[in-house]
Amino acid sequence: MSAASSSDAVIRVHDLTKTFNGVRAVDGISFSIPAGSTCALLGGNGAGKTTTLSILLGLLLPTRGQVTVLGEDILRHRYRVLARMNFTSPYVDLPKRLTVRENLNVYARLYGCTPARSRIEALAQQLELEEFIDRPYGTLSAGQRTRVALAKSLLNEPDLLILDEPTASLDPDVTDRVRHILMDYQRRTGATLLLASHNMVEVERMCDECLIMRQGKIVDRGPPSVLIARYGRDTLEQVFLDIARGQETLAQTS
Amino acid sequence: MSTVVAGGALGRVLAMVLRHAYLLRKSWPRLLELVYWPSVQMILWGFIAKYMSAHSSFVAQAPGLLIAAVLLWDILFRGQLGVALSFFEEMYARNLAQLFVTPLRPLEFVAAMLTTSLIRTLVGVGGAALLAIPLHHYSVFDLGWPLLLFFVNLLVMGWSIGLMVAGLVLRFGLGAENLAWALIFAVAPVSGVYYPLDVLPAWLQPVARCLPSSHVFEGMRAWTLTHRFRVDLALAALGLNVVYIAVGIAVFLLAFRGARQRGSLLQIGE
Repeated sequence: MSAASSSDAVIRVHDLTKTFNGVRAVDGISFSIPAGSTCALLGGNGAGKTTTLSILLGLLLPTRGQVTVLGEDILRHRYRVLARMNFTSPYVDLPKRLTVRENLNVYARLYGCTPARSRIEALAQQLELEEFIDRPYGTLSAGQRTRVALAKSLLNEPDLLILDEPTASLDPDVTDRVRHILMDYQRRTGATLLLASHNMVEVERMCDECLIMRQGKIVDRGPPSVLIARYGRDTLEQVFLDIARGQETLAQTS
Repeated sequence: MSTVVAGGALGRVLAMVLRHAYLLRKSWPRLLELVYWPSVQMILWGFIAKYMSAHSSFVAQAPGLLIAAVLLWDILFRGQLGVALSFFEEMYARNLAQLFVTPLRPLEFVAAMLTTSLIRTLVGVGGAALLAIPLHHYSVFDLGWPLLLFFVNLLVMGWSIGLMVAGLVLRFGLGAENLAWALIFAVAPVSGVYYPLDVLPAWLQPVARCLPSSHVFEGMRAWTLTHRFRVDLALAALGLNVVYIAVGIAVFLLAFRGARQRGSLLQIGE
């Protein structure tokens, strides 16, 4: 997980920088993520997490740097790999007047999933969407919508799943279910998961590695247990607070 | 691990068309709206034509002229609106970012918007054209094969303006959506929809000749009144439309690239 690239890295980022109106949202970061791992991108609001994820998805063009995803330069050949990726984010939504089934059908066709119907049926069963699959998406609760968004993100059985705050604003029950669905998918398929999250319990349970960002830079990295031990804390949330408040040096030396 | 990927570009275009078909199919207000405004225009101008035919030698020569004009104008208007509204639907739904992390390419997205616009225009203007037959005893289909040429030219011009509007909204956000209505109505007075271009002031006539629509309406009047097909006007309209659609697509693609530079694809929406 170090900056040194490994041959089986699914994501390789080198010197990535994104500037908005003179402000560096992402400031020369480098990292790689091995295949089959679950990695968290952590940091406070404005740390540069969503900007980094957007660049990895090809939604945002960087000011500088190289980004390789699934073996392809995402800046030049993103269409070669988009069919093998997927994502969810609280910043996006699905057409509200379409039913869940219609939305999934459209996306299944966009991803070229064949046969679309059986894939949708399988996901509906797995994610317990059956009772509301023929209801308009706009009439669903937040938890139901999250499950639909997850179903959309799993339609093409992605090799790389990018999740921006996958459990934001969900109650503990739905959060737990979503977490289990993702972990089950990762175990079953060996996919690589990259998530940005503020839920440190979720990160501790799910992730092999953490990249911690502040003001556009990666300020620390490592497995959750190693970070907790390094900072002499009991939980990852305490480590997060130390770093977010700029007290990491103090915590490490005390 | 990834599921079998098939379908290609055509499959993705059809997927996007299907998305809009789902929306239209289940929303009777949307379907009604498609036919409603062209029909209201047609009914209104049909009665005006009836009145004017008794008072104007110009209209008396061909009472159907004004109805044909209003129906053809609606092809341009609905063509433009069909593109712009298809795009706005994605913005209202905050769906753009999701679409553009699928293998859907911007040009495929454009092709889907144009196809959806064609369907909306056929339903809307086609409905009004059919209604004109029993109501005003006038069939625009009597124009014969030139109607197809008029239709294609006006639709392509409408698409071009629609793509420019979509590009501007992508650049400036949904605050600019009123352009969808404003831009097309700015074109109407100089297109000579209901009157010959000679009516325009001399300084405005060169501007009018830069619009494919003005050549179509001049051509339609020539065909209706003299039954003479003006090849020069048809070629001018076609040539201008090649430029218009190229500019429309370029504006949209540039705006899309700009949105990727600013990061607005993920933020844009209601």
